[in-house]
Amino acid sequence: MGLTAYIFRRLIYGIILLAGVLVLNFFLIHAAPGDPAETIAGAMGGATAEILSAIRAAYGLDKPLLTQLAIYLGRVAHGDLGMSYYFNQPVIGLIAARVGPTILLVFAAQLIAITVGVVMGVLAARKPSGPLSAVITVLSTVGYAAPVFWTGIMLIILFASIIPIFPVDGMTSARFSGGPAAHAADVLYHLALPAFTLAIIFLAQYSRLSRASMIDVLGADYVRTARAKGVSETRVVFRHALRNAVLPIITVAGIQFGNLISGALLVESVFNWPGMGRLAFDSVLRRDYPTLLGILFFAALMVIIANLLTDLSYRFADPRIRTGGR
Amino acid sequence: MSAVEPAATGHAPKAVSPLKEAWTVYRRNTPAIFGALLLLAIVVFVIYGTFFYQGDPYEIVWAPLTPPGAEATVPFGTDNLGRDLLRGLLKGGGPTLAVGAAAAVITLVIGISFGGIAGYFGGWIDDLLMRITEFFQVLPALLFAMVVITLFSPSTITMAIAIGVVLWPQTARLTRAEFLRIRELEYVMAARSIGARNGRIMWKVILPNALPPLIVSATLTVGVAILFQAGLSFLGLDDPNTMSWGLMIGANRQYILDAWWPVTFPGIAIFLTVFAVSLVGDGLNDAFNPKLRER
Repeated sequence: MGLTAYIFRRLIYGIILLAGVLVLNFFLIHAAPGDPAETIAGAMGGATAEILSAIRAAYGLDKPLLTQLAIYLGRVAHGDLGMSYYFNQPVIGLIAARVGPTILLVFAAQLIAITVGVVMGVLAARKPSGPLSAVITVLSTVGYAAPVFWTGIMLIILFASIIPIFPVDGMTSARFSGGPAAHAADVLYHLALPAFTLAIIFLAQYSRLSRASMIDVLGADYVRTARAKGVSETRVVFRHALRNAVLPIITVAGIQFGNLISGALLVESVFNWPGMGRLAFDSVLRRDYPTLLGILFFAALMVIIANLLTDLSYRFADPRIRTGGR
Repeated sequence: MSAVEPAATGHAPKAVSPLKEAWTVYRRNTPAIFGALLLLAIVVFVIYGTFFYQGDPYEIVWAPLTPPGAEATVPFGTDNLGRDLLRGLLKGGGPTLAVGAAAAVITLVIGISFGGIAGYFGGWIDDLLMRITEFFQVLPALLFAMVVITLFSPSTITMAIAIGVVLWPQTARLTRAEFLRIRELEYVMAARSIGARNGRIMWKVILPNALPPLIVSATLTVGVAILFQAGLSFLGLDDPNTMSWGLMIGANRQYILDAWWPVTFPGIAIFLTVFAVSLVGDGLNDAFNPKLRER
């Protein structure tokens, strides 16, 4: 299959999945106890009669269920995810302002986890029972068993009172003045701890995976051939072996994206990072259902895009998939 | 493996039940035994601890934020309101463990039903069920659980159901793979040739043989479910009248720069529990797949 046809097919599939999320949202609103109009208003029964009747008219709540679903889908197709009555703002605008910081956090964490994890795994694979392999085992345990919000809090205690070298709160300094470059540096400086906290969970997985996959690849014939013809060890490891060991890492990186977003919810809450997770937390406290459902929709959209990118990079990394040969 | 292999005497090997064989491997695995004992100790601590160290975890007993060791009547110190942390740790373990276990059961029931039917029947049923599974995998699990709990009012039961509902896709995929593999084996064909119905073949013939990897996965799911429970109650999505380890961390997070102990102890409790569960899971994995042990 050609690349264009492939992307096209995946896009259609992605749109179907997104429509599925909306249908799910719709049924969740109707399955929740109480009047759907109250649920959409999200004001714990405090909404005025005018707001409620406006919602009933806008969403056609007196019409049959399937008509309501069609109205709901139609509204979303026009970019209307509803109104946050708490913030008195359209949900789409609220979320759009928060997507950037979340993407920044998730990508930074993914980048740290993959880079550090792969380097550690590769080095450990050269001595499968060496000290680095032991470090990886310990890290996997901590990464799996320690709750991420707790790790974050422990790091805040460490960096706020014992070695105060990183900021532990927010995305920018309060009294900040300077150009765009200085601003970017300030954001990165604030990003360090949250991104590292989130990376810890996944770092261990990548290092364990790349260690196992490198041990396999380093035993292959072409690696022996490369060594026999006198290729330097660094080149053998990083050029000949790693390129072949990287495929399972890409697969896992794609699968982990949803989990990264889940982790980001907690990390944002701990570090006051102004992203979607922080907004989700605030919406939960205020029973702001339209915002919460909008966030679910956007998070699913991000996962779908990430999966598409993963598949594309997989085709890029492995020519056999591109050409369809076996 | 040497313990279960027959001696080279020419006699037919004595049949050893798979469970017994797995136990033989498991009990030689020191970390796995350590994990099982640690888990047992935590469960005993949580269930029986309150008999020996009685008292209401919500009662204000001493000055707020008393450090551990400063006052003999509150050995683990007090929280931001002056409540005894040790009482909270004992009382808070119950909901954490119960929700973890209940959510894992729900995950197993949904996952095995979906995966079993998809893998056994194949064709369009498989396609349909797998598309549904993929759909649920697109939703970030913790966020989806948050939405469900918020919409259906926070309580311990809602939380167990919500966590179970978001964690099942992995179990479904694993079950499907096992059913796909086993349904082609001779003993399944034999069962079919003597006229066994589909239901009987699925649940009485294939499922028992698919159990080992599912047991391992269920164990690890308990660990994940405990982390979810902790995270959700940390965010305040549990019934505020249910003491739990995550809730203790959430309630004291604003005082971390003045007092490290109210957040550190419950965190260690969660860590040790999930750590113990994962050691048991790894041990079971090795016990059921002796070949993998060489890795």
